[in-house]
Amino acid sequence: MNSFTRGVKDGVPIALGYLAVAVTLGIAAKNAGLSILQAVIASLSNNASAGEFVGFTLIAAHAPILELVLMEALTNARYMLMSTALSQKLTAKVSTAQRLMLGMCVTDEIFGISVAYGDELDPRYSYGAFAIACPAWALGTLIGAVLGSVLPLRAVSALSVGLYGMFIAIFIPPAKANPVVLGTVALSFALSWLFSAVPLLARLSTGLTTILLTVVISLLAAILFPVKEEAENG
Amino acid sequence: MAKTYLYILTMALTTYAVRVLPLTLIRRELKSPLLRSFLYYLPYVTLAVMTFPGILSATQTPWSALLALGAGIVLAWTGRSLFTVSVCCCVAVFLSELILI
Repeated sequence: MNSFTRGVKDGVPIALGYLAVAVTLGIAAKNAGLSILQAVIASLSNNASAGEFVGFTLIAAHAPILELVLMEALTNARYMLMSTALSQKLTAKVSTAQRLMLGMCVTDEIFGISVAYGDELDPRYSYGAFAIACPAWALGTLIGAVLGSVLPLRAVSALSVGLYGMFIAIFIPPAKANPVVLGTVALSFALSWLFSAVPLLARLSTGLTTILLTVVISLLAAILFPVKEEAENG
Repeated sequence: MAKTYLYILTMALTTYAVRVLPLTLIRRELKSPLLRSFLYYLPYVTLAVMTFPGILSATQTPWSALLALGAGIVLAWTGRSLFTVSVCCCVAVFLSELILI
């Protein structure tokens, strides 16, 4: 079996998960005022759960473009770390064109299987996984955007927490493994709640609050608890 | 309408830049411990800030969302997959709202 075929095979469970989770994203897109076509184009061109969710929120709020750029960069900053990790697994013979293509395939899950491929990554493996996962992501978004207005309020309410469930599944495992991450998560919850509850602080936009709290808390943690090599792989 | 496409294009370009720049530009390891640490904590902090209290206003009543949050944390803590956690949060909201609403 060549690398691409192996990637497609390993990408099947990822695609199934994407299909279900993207339905809630499609609903979020519809709620934010996007058309069905716009929702699908957003998913095809972004392939990012949290990033798209934030984007839709900002589109609904008619936020300035600069705020959108900042929020996308911050929300997707973890991809920068993953991409950096993957760059260490490519040999010198992997061309710039290949690197440009691999860049499109960096999602939480495809990164997860790609980094576990071996000491050296064959980019075609990631392309294989992407080839099946990306269409599933777009199809799920389409289903959500189409059915969002047909589904009963009860179902929409339930599906709306699907993305939050994904976020929880991303930040809880490292919080369990690392007490400092647990502390930053707890502090994030507390300060974020404070900024929504205290009248004066609540006047700041959600986007601005997120940027502010993210930078301050992450920087504080980085200064007080610098990360050792091993912890980064956890 | 056209503005929305501009927003989507901006999202796509920014996201792609974040993903592709380290792969193409950084051909050696990042050395600054502060920068590495900042990048390490950042994604978890962003997601946590967005999750709470945002989740409380996503459902018909904050109580069902709170239940989903609790269920999600417990399931993720006990090592359930992203897919399982996400689906169980939805189920928690649906079942609790049958009683609450």
